[in-house]
This record gives sequence, structure tokens and C-alpha cells, in this order.
Amino acid sequence: MTEATAPTATETNRGFSLAAIPLWAQFAAIIIFGVLLSLVWDGATRWPEAWTVPMAAWITEFIEWLKSEATIFGVEFKEITRGIGAALKAPVKWAEYLLYRGFKGIGLGPLPWVAVAAGVTIFAHWVGGRRLALLCVLTMIYLATFNLWKDSMKTMTIVIVAVPMAALLGVVLGIWVTRSQTASRIISPMFDLMQATPHMAYLAPVAALFAFGPVTALIATVIFAMPPMARCTILGLQTVSSDVLEAGQMSGCTKRQLLWKVALPSSKRTLMLGLNQVVMQTLAMVVIASIAGATGLGHKLLYSLQQLRLGVAIEQGIAISLIAIVLDRLTQAYAYKETDHFAATKTWTQRHKHMLLFLGILVVSYIAAEYWRWVKIPPSKFVWGTGDAKTVLFDAKLLARHADQAIRDFNVVAFDYINPIRDWVTIWILLPVRDFFLWLPWPVFVGVIGLAAWRLGGLSVLLLCLALMFSFIVTGFWVETMKTTYLVLIAAALCVMIGVPLGIWAARSERVANIIMPICDTLQTFPSFIYLIPAIMLFRIGDFANIFAILPYATVPAIRYTYLGLKRIPPVTIEAAIANGATRMQRLFKVELPVALPEIMLGLNQTIMMALAMTAITALIGSTDLGQEVVRSISTQNFGRGILAGFFIAALGIIADRLIGSWAAERKRQLGVA
Amino acid sequence: MPTDVQIKCRNLWKVFGADPKGFLHRHNGAPTAEALADEGYIGAVQDVSFDVHQGEILIIMGLSGSGKSTLIRCITRLNDPTSGEMEYEGRDLLKLSERDLIDMRRHKMGMVFQNFGLLPHRDVLENVAFPLEVQGIARPERIERAKAMIELVGLSGRESYFPRELSGGQQQRVGIARSLAIEPDIWFLDEPFSALDPLIRAEMQDEFIRLQSLLHKTIVFITHDFEEATKLADRIGIMKDGRMVQLATPEELVLNPADDYVAEFAKNAPRERIVSVGAIMQPVAGNASGTVPMSAKIGSVAEQVLTSEHPVAVMDEGNNTIVGSIDRQTIATSIFGTRAA
Ligand SMILES: Nc1ncnc2c1ncn2[C@@H]1O[C@H](COP(=O)(O)OP(=O)(O)OP(=O)(O)O)[C@@H](O)[C@H]1O
Ligand SMILES: [Mg+2]
Repeated sequence: MTEATAPTATETNRGFSLAAIPLWAQFAAIIIFGVLLSLVWDGATRWPEAWTVPMAAWITEFIEWLKSEATIFGVEFKEITRGIGAALKAPVKWAEYLLYRGFKGIGLGPLPWVAVAAGVTIFAHWVGGRRLALLCVLTMIYLATFNLWKDSMKTMTIVIVAVPMAALLGVVLGIWVTRSQTASRIISPMFDLMQATPHMAYLAPVAALFAFGPVTALIATVIFAMPPMARCTILGLQTVSSDVLEAGQMSGCTKRQLLWKVALPSSKRTLMLGLNQVVMQTLAMVVIASIAGATGLGHKLLYSLQQLRLGVAIEQGIAISLIAIVLDRLTQAYAYKETDHFAATKTWTQRHKHMLLFLGILVVSYIAAEYWRWVKIPPSKFVWGTGDAKTVLFDAKLLARHADQAIRDFNVVAFDYINPIRDWVTIWILLPVRDFFLWLPWPVFVGVIGLAAWRLGGLSVLLLCLALMFSFIVTGFWVETMKTTYLVLIAAALCVMIGVPLGIWAARSERVANIIMPICDTLQTFPSFIYLIPAIMLFRIGDFANIFAILPYATVPAIRYTYLGLKRIPPVTIEAAIANGATRMQRLFKVELPVALPEIMLGLNQTIMMALAMTAITALIGSTDLGQEVVRSISTQNFGRGILAGFFIAALGIIADRLIGSWAAERKRQLGVA
Repeated sequence: MPTDVQIKCRNLWKVFGADPKGFLHRHNGAPTAEALADEGYIGAVQDVSFDVHQGEILIIMGLSGSGKSTLIRCITRLNDPTSGEMEYEGRDLLKLSERDLIDMRRHKMGMVFQNFGLLPHRDVLENVAFPLEVQGIARPERIERAKAMIELVGLSGRESYFPRELSGGQQQRVGIARSLAIEPDIWFLDEPFSALDPLIRAEMQDEFIRLQSLLHKTIVFITHDFEEATKLADRIGIMKDGRMVQLATPEELVLNPADDYVAEFAKNAPRERIVSVGAIMQPVAGNASGTVPMSAKIGSVAEQVLTSEHPVAVMDEGNNTIVGSIDRQTIATSIFGTRAA
């Protein structure tokens, strides 16, 4: 009998033997194995050419086939895309006529800039009062004085067409997801993927199907800006209190009435938040979509950057930032606008005074525009007097030239200090790390990530991560992916080193928080594109500049999550530590940070996502990683590579997200704060 | 009596879980508590049968989780019962089409919710007019009717306020006005006052009594609060773990509780205001002095009886005959007796 039970016991032991090996030893074994393998087999360093799946070529061919031969239900595919293109061209055209081209056919000019500026300001006053109106006035004056009006209007053309489309599409999809299990199963994972996909990656597939031009930019923008609206719709509909819904039912609502009269209106705040995000995403995308044919500020800014005309670039960057801030504040103010209680007691004119004022200005300015050109388009030059007595009061171009010169002077002086730092860091830190990642045999990478995935998230996460990793290994994108990984990891490390201490500082001092948090909000308002400007200005091009461009954008979540994580610690936990006699430092390192760690890690997760999105954008000023593949694919028409590269950026994001997310969820569960 | 039965429920079951219907079927429609627990089902309402009569106030009580809300929600079809029968004035409630159900809610049923369930994006007037709006009643008429309701609940002047700008009590007044706007025949209230603080709650109870004295609706009312129940109820149904343990008048509950659970509820009841003289009187006594009416609550005659040396005669006001007597001892034990024990 004893003999019969004894083997069972050892067998059980053998079954758990893997868990008995310490984790570090498991990792060490994988690393050693991978390195040794790479010594005896070249294929472990570079995936063998012969085994490479020519996925990119297939995709490119497939797209060619789609565009030339494919038919769907008897309709040629290219006819479909052409039809969609034509249908979308119409609203873009009308917006163009309205904002800067004018209605040539009926001899009506575009909206006079005075009317647009007044309209925005009046709307701002209506929704947000005097301060917001002032912000709008200043922004409009800035755009006018720096000769950026027309480009701003070109940018706004796509914004005003894309926002309603994205919002509507988002609401419809959101409703559909909440109504149908099937829709939810199809669409929710798609949103997950879309969220991890950087702006840039949307451009390649759309550009592949539609010709270079504003319609491509519009489509990519709408697709990119739609998910937040859908998410907010889903969130809003799912969080309507059951009492409200049941009250609606008991009031005798039909299903449709319940949706349109009860559920949707009572989630107005959440929907408005979604609209705000749609607007911000739209702007962020439109400026980047310049590489796919969107004209306007983004296009000009890209050009200035490539020409190293930094003064102009800064002016354009400021314009984009100001527009972003104005749009953000306007949509937020609109979302939080209180309904007027006493509307019923007012006369029609009183209730519509803002509207009437705007209509008045519109008519007057159209008439005045016939006589004074500066009413129609902002003057680039104001001249007083005639002949010899002429004095130039103001000259936008001159102003820009001065700014340009000032930047140049600054750089000349600053380079003496900046260049050595840049070069030292590049040579001693960046290049070695990059070389390490390029040397890394893929079995080591796959093994380490795989083991981590398995330990943190179990089999499903392991399988997902393996599939994603092999997707870029077997298609021959290993080198580009490693370059992106290296940039992102270094940037994320720096973001954490900067962001976490700032977050801690803000959590400890109300005053600091009052300064840092609004700055964070503002930094997140700006389209990511503009972060290239200071990077180029200070460091020209190269990995150092790219990392520098990532920092202001991707540090924000590190700061914010640290701050929130620390703020959310229950006071009793801290009081208990104080009662136990912990010093401030002990409290921080032994109590607060460990408890807040899951939250901080979620911040890191966001940081990585944003760093990934930003590396793709740095491709606009020169890089050699996945982002560059995306950008290049649009000009070379080798769309397969661009689409795959975009997907791999998303894949890196998803891997990081699953690893960190699983860890944080598990840790939160252990801490009982889930 | 059958003519005045407005709602009839027979063997109502509501089971929550993976496959409630199959589960009930497997257990022949009557699973035991063990079966429910073993298979992870919740028997929110279990084999409940009762009638609601025209014009009565029926109050349902029970501990949290005993199934009160679920029962009401079955009757209003916010939840569909798993099995059982329900009739409304002879019509089978469970066979109503979607359209008929909506019609029923639009014209016959009103409901007030614990957390008010007001629409946050509509002001008071629009909230109250909402049930009329979804019926498609023209704006001038629904505004007029909504205004009348707002006046009825004492909120005139607040028509343009939004729910978040009102106190809890005021919000519930809006909820009440809204549920009454369609002039329902039967009125459901699920703990309408429990989210309010005690002073407001007392005020709202009085308000409710005032409204009922004007409207004479059939009412099904859920509360946790026995005192509230005795103040309002014609009959009280007590629920425990999904079952209706006892359904009777307050007096009967106090005097003859079906079990310890009911007795526990009745323990703190203000007996002097619930129990009538007739219910506890003794046989006619020879040495009685003075009389008290048979239907009087004992609280109202306590002073007279307690200060009298002799038992007091009990008179049936219907035909002015002496039907019994009551003495100090009886009054004292029925007010304090069980409480001491
Ligand atoms: N949708 C649901 N899904 C699963 N279980 C439910 C659901 N609704 C109610 N229950 C369960 O049914 C039981 C009865 O709930 P119900 O809300 O009817 O109780 P209640 O008597 O109204 O309690 P309270 O006084 O707290 O309102 C509870 O155990 C509850 O958890
Ligand atoms: Mg309840």
C-alpha cells in the first residue's frame, strides 16, 4: 500500500516541478538557451529569408487586385470606392466653399473672416461667458496677424465635416453594441485594436483604397475619431440608472421612446464628453493627415519642419495649439452649459440675442467685404497714408521673419551647450541600447515575453502575445520592430523617471497639484504633431530628438496615474502608518507607493501606448522604425508594408497592455482595491 | 367579493439564475430552499398568491432581499415572473402583447420609485408631462394636466427646476406627480420615502394620506417601516425569503402573528393605535361602569379605562348594545404585555 501511494506523491511533485524553479531561473534558462541557439543557428538572430512570409507583398497585391479587378455583388470594387469618394467629396467641397473658397457660381465669397471670428466669439460667450470669449478673440487675432487664417480654415474644413460624421457613426455603433450581443462581440475587440493603433497607421490602408487627397484624410480622420464617441455612447447607455429606465418603461415608453427620450438624453454629459474627444482626435488626425492629402496648417507645418524653417513652424504650431485649446474649451463649456430656467419668461429676441447678433454681423460683414478687402480675408499688412508718407503699421510676414531670426540666433548660441549633451547621450546610452535590441536573438525576446505573459495572464494571454510576436518575426519586420521597441522603452523609462516623482509631488502638495494638473490637461489637448517642433528646434533630427518629442506627450499619464493612485489610498491606511511611527519617507516607500503601484503601472501602460503613437509621428521628421515604414508606404504606394507596420505598432501596444493590465488586475485583487 | 378584485396573483414564482424556467420545471414548479441554494438559483418570489381589492391600500413589508420589489416588478411586468398567474380586472397580465402592456402602463398603472427615477435632462414640468408625452397627447393639454398634478403635490412655482436642483422630498413629489399624471387605476410605490430623512418622510406620509383621501386609488405600497405601514395600510403582507408569510389587517398581525418573524415585525408597532377595543374585550361584566365604543383604538380609551376602578362596558355602535367589557389589566397587557415578554 505504501508503495502504491509513494509514486503518486512524487508524480504530483514532478507535475509542479516548473513552479518549483524560481522565476529568475526560468528567465535565465530561456535567455541562455536563446543566446546559445543564436550561436549555433543564424536563424535565431535573423529569421531566415527562406522562411519569411511575404505578407507585405501579398497585401499590396491584394490591394492592387481590389482596385483593378475585384467585384462585390457584381459591382466593381473600384466603383464602390469611387462612389464613396464622390459622396464624401460633396460635403468637403461645401465646407471649402463656405470657409475659404467662396461660392463662385453665385458670386458669393466665403464667410468673411470677421464674421467667422465674431461667430466663434459669440458662441463662446453664449456657452462659456466672457473669459472664453476673450480666449477666442485672442486666438482669432493671432491667426489673422500671423497670416495663418486661410490655412486654419483649410484645416477646419475637414474638422467640421469629420466631427458630425464621426459623432453620428459613433453613436450609432454605440447603440448597436448595447443592443446586440453579436455586435458587441464583433465591435468591442475591434475598438480595443483601434485604441492601440496610432493615428499614423490609419492612413496607409485608407490611402491604399482612396486616392491621395482630402477625402482620404477625411475617411482616416472619421475612423480614427469615432471610437471615443462609440465608447462614450456605450458607457452612457450602460450607466443610465435602472430607476430612470424603469420609470420610463412605467410611463409607457415604447422601446424606441425609451432609447431616444430616456436613455440617450439622460446620458447627455457622457455623450458630450465623447463629442469633445471626437473633436480633439479629429484635429490631431487632420494635421497628421497632411501626408495623405489634407491641406492646411498640418501640411504647412510639416513643410516648415522639413525645411527647418523653425520660426514659421513655431508660429504654425502655436496656431494649431490655440485652435486645439479653443475647440476643447468650447466643447467642454457646451457640455456643461446649464439650461436657462427662465427661458419661458423671456421674449423671443432675448432668447436668441446671440444668434441675432451673429446674423447681423454676418450680413454687415458680407456687405462690407465688398468694399474693404480686409473684412474678407485678414490683411497681411496694414499700411497708413500714401506715397512717401506711407508708414507700415503692421506686417505679418515681417513679424514671422523676426521670429525666425530670433530662433536661429537662439539656436546658434544654444547649440554649443546642447550638442555635446545630445551627442554624449546618443553615443553612450542610446546607441548601446539600440545595438542591444538589434543583437537580441528573437527566441530570447519571445521566450521572455511569453513566460511573463503566461505567468501574468495565463494561457490566453500567452497565446495572444505569441501570435502577435511571431506576426512581425515571420513577416520580416524584426529589425524595424526592435527599433521601435527600443525607442519606446527608453522614452517610457524617461517618462516614468520624470512623471512619477512629479505625480508624487503633486499628491503631496495641493499647490503643486494646482499647477501641474492643468499643465497636464493642456499638454493632452495639443495634437501630438506639434511636439515635434521643440524637438527639432533643439536637437535637429535623430533618435535623441525623437525621444525628446515623445516626452511631453507621454509623461502626462505617468504623472496623472501616480497622482490619482496616491490620492485614492484610503486615509486610514496612511493614518495607520503614521500611528505606527513611520517617517514621511517610510510612509511613501513602504505604504503609499506599494499600494498605489497597480495604478502607477496602468499609467505606465498608457505612457507606452502614447509613446508608440508618438514614435510613429516622429517618422515625419525622420526615423528608421515601423513608423517610417508607414509614412514611406504612402508615398511609395507599397501599402502592404505600411499596413503591416501600423499593425505591428498596435501589436506592441497590445502586448504591453495585456502584460501590464494582467499584472495590475492581479495586484489590485491582492490588495483588495479592485 | 370577486367583483372588486383588481389584481389577482396565483402561485407566482420569480427565480433568478442561469435557466430559471428549466430549473422550476425540473423541480415540478416547487423547488425546496435547498434545491435553490445547491444549484445557485435565487428564489426572489416563491409561490406567492394574493388579491388586491379595489380601493384598498395594500402594504408589502419584509427584510431587505425578501422579494418585495421583485413581486411588484412582476405585477408591473418590469420583470417577467418565471411561473404563475396574474390577472388585472380579469385580464391575463402574462398574455398581454407588447403593445397592450404599453397601453396598460400608459393608462392603468402608475409607479413611484425609491430613487425617484426622474429624467435628469428634463425640468419638473417636462418630467411630470413625460408619460403624457409618450402617449402622444398634444402639448397644451399635457402641460395643463402636468401643471394640475404639480399643484396637487404642492410644487407650484418650481415647474422649471431640474431634478438636481430639488431636495429629496421635492424630487419624490415630482415622482408622485408624474405617476399620477395619467390618472392610473392602480398605484405602485416601492419604498417611496425610504431615501428621505425622517422629518421629510413623516411629512411625505401625511402628504400621501392627503392625496389618497382625494383620489381613492388602489395602492400597492412597499415599505420597511412597520409604523409607516400601520399608518397607511388597509392590509399588510409580510414577506420572508420570497414567500408571503402573512397577509392580514394590521390588527390581526399584531394580535395573531403567524410566526416569530411576523411577531418580530409587529413587536415595535404602536399597538394603542392599531388594536381596537372589540378585538381584546372580555365577556360582559356585571360591575361595569361607563362605556367605550367597540371600534375605538385602545389608545384613545386607555385613559378612561385605566382610571376606572371597574371594568368598562364595550358598546357596539351599530346597534347600541353592550357586547363586552374591558378592564385595566387587559388594556395594560395589550399595550405593554408582549413587549415586556
Ligand atoms: N436582476 C436580478 N438578478 C439576480 N438576482 C436578483 C435580481 N433582482 C433581485 N434579485 C435578488 O432577488 C432577491 C429579492 O430582491 P428584491 O429587490 O425583490 O428585495 P427587496 O425585498 O425589494 O429588498 P430591498 O428592501 O433591499 O429593496 C434578492 O436576493 C436579490 O438579490
Ligand atoms: Mg426593493
